[in-house]
Amino acid sequence: MTQVQARDEAGIKDAVRRFIATSMNGAHVDDDANLFESGIVNSLFAIQLMTFIEKTFAIEVEADDLDIENLKSLNATTAFVLRKSGQRPQ
Amino acid sequence: MELKQVGVLGAGNIGSGVVTDLVLHGLSVVAVDISDEILQRAQHDVLNNIRLAPLVSKTLPRITKEEAVARMVLTTDLRDVAPCDFVIENVTEDWDIKKRVYENLERVMRPEVCFGANTSCLSITKIAGATKRPAKVVGMHLMNPVWLKPTVEVIRGVHTSDQTIDTLLQLLSRLDKEAIVVEDMPGFVSNRISHLFMNEAAFVLQDQVSTAEKIDAIFKKCFGHKMGPLETADLIGLDTVMRSLDVLYESFQDPKYRCCPLLRRLVDAGHLGRKTGKGFYVYPEV
Repeated sequence: MTQVQARDEAGIKDAVRRFIATSMNGAHVDDDANLFESGIVNSLFAIQLMTFIEKTFAIEVEADDLDIENLKSLNATTAFVLRKSGQRPQ
Repeated sequence: MELKQVGVLGAGNIGSGVVTDLVLHGLSVVAVDISDEILQRAQHDVLNNIRLAPLVSKTLPRITKEEAVARMVLTTDLRDVAPCDFVIENVTEDWDIKKRVYENLERVMRPEVCFGANTSCLSITKIAGATKRPAKVVGMHLMNPVWLKPTVEVIRGVHTSDQTIDTLLQLLSRLDKEAIVVEDMPGFVSNRISHLFMNEAAFVLQDQVSTAEKIDAIFKKCFGHKMGPLETADLIGLDTVMRSLDVLYESFQDPKYRCCPLLRRLVDAGHLGRKTGKGFYVYPEV
């Protein structure tokens, strides 16, 4: 997997969107839809998504970051990556 | 006997989950597999699971990487499990392989140690026959991901003693797991039924009645299942599903268990599901 520095918000969101869509067999997900409450993904997916984020955006997740709220939706995940890479959502 | 150290045979997908669960709950583990490469991958997966566990469970114990490493011995030498108080066997669902493993295990382990056979379909009574301690062999069908599943299908073989069942329940209690004890027939309750779903779903796909997405959606949205049969098969591993179907077919001699040709073709092509990135679906690299 290519490791990249966190880019602009749109680029991050696009990469995360593609990961989620592929994991959900191409299904479309609204930016604010709660992935876990809706049951469209299982708990194992949270582990896979966090691992993907760490590798793709070269960020290091710490104990305080291990909150499912950070990954609950596409928008939440994008904001989390921006925050961890020292950027602010636009 | 107090269970302090557990031997885990087979450190693949399920085996890594078993090691994760044991280590998280304070037990020491000796994990055995056939290559250093498999063991290194298992250690990576176990440590990643432990590090990220708080993300998916507020109730699982939290331990440090150092604590986890200190509780794990990874080895390719079966003799290293000799000091263990219980053995959980998760090797490939192939009778010839399992038989050889149990014969070797019998020579290595103290006579009072119980063996938990983690099999999806093979008869526990048949497995017990490969040992000289059939009363101390019990089936334990662990679900994936093991460390997140609260319930285990426990199988009593013909010769399994009540004491062995109690020992396993004691171990499962340490892992905060509930057991549902059933009697021994190939496939038990869970896989005898679930593999018919997965196999018939593959036939439905092969017959172009519908797409994989729609087949799974019917199960999720109409039946309320958390996962559809095709994505479940991808999660388990299509090679494992195929082997289990073959065991059920051989055991019952009933054509309802004949493996769907599409499923067999995917396995032949190396498309084994999530673990290879492609099965009935395509998965992103993680």
